[in-house]
Amino acid sequence: MLAAIQLTLDETWYLVLAAMIFAIGATGLLVRRNPLVMFMCVELMLNAVNLTFVTFAKALNDVGGQVVVFFVMVVAAAEVVVGLALVVAIMRRRQGADADDISLMRG
Amino acid sequence: MRVEMFVFLVSACVCLGGALGVVLLRNPVHNALSLVATLFGVAVLFVAQGAYFLAAIQVIVYAGAIVVLFLFVIMLLGVDRAERLGMEPIAGQRVAAVIAGVAILGLSLTALLAGAQRVTGAESSLAPLDPGVPDINRLGQVLFTDYVWAFEITAVLLTVAVVGAVVLARRSPGPPIDTDEFPDGTVPDHWEAEYDAAIAGDGTGGGSAVDAPAIDAPEAVATADTEEVAG
Repeated sequence: MLAAIQLTLDETWYLVLAAMIFAIGATGLLVRRNPLVMFMCVELMLNAVNLTFVTFAKALNDVGGQVVVFFVMVVAAAEVVVGLALVVAIMRRRQGADADDISLMRG
Repeated sequence: MRVEMFVFLVSACVCLGGALGVVLLRNPVHNALSLVATLFGVAVLFVAQGAYFLAAIQVIVYAGAIVVLFLFVIMLLGVDRAERLGMEPIAGQRVAAVIAGVAILGLSLTALLAGAQRVTGAESSLAPLDPGVPDINRLGQVLFTDYVWAFEITAVLLTVAVVGAVVLARRSPGPPIDTDEFPDGTVPDHWEAEYDAAIAGDGTGGGSAVDAPAIDAPEAVATADTEEVAG
């Protein structure tokens, strides 16, 4: 099963590192309750995927992977701006709110 | 190859340490600073793989703009204190979350390491990375020819995001939207409406009388919140 592990540095090492960062970010998103920290964990997952894209761009010699990373960064910036504005609007209504307090749409 | 391996190992340690810091540290400011470590490590790995332009963008946009925005919001809201860990809304939720994270890691590692072929897919034939041309030139050519429609849509997206952030961050008039969650009158967060009423009723009267409820109210909110949790 582990036959692909070699002692020379190839793209598998980068992919394994990206998988680890993604798993840590996903776990943090599920565990933490502070909305700001949850956003940071989303950023971790996005960066892991960016690392995967750049690795494949180098492995397959294709610039398309780097273009996708460019667009992911733009969308991540927009997402953070809107998300932090939402957090500010919610925190202004209720000091110290965490993800469990934001239950108005619970139904 | 030895230098590349050394660079990879060092930046991988920085990345993983920063990622663990984001998840495990209690203080949001420390989380943001750990995120900077991870972003910088990823930027180093971009350089090691020849994506120089993306590494620069990573440092400028992520570490320079996004994390600073995070820190700005943390300082603005004053949430730089430890998270309450006593209450767990769903029983066993943290254990389930850790199990889910380990499952995600195991799934991706199995997909990566079990296959005989390391990287599937064909070599590029339409947009190759030419080693003679800098990657920023190559990226610009592709971005303004093949992906020009997506690029224009990106401009619209950024405009909408800026407008949305401004609209969301405005203080809207009227009572708080979550009044119906506390029908028995124990609303801890009406200090803003009271502040507006004080301004409207008082007119240009004494400024200190107007300021007093706005300054006292957040502390009262905090104590009410902790009492609610304790009780």
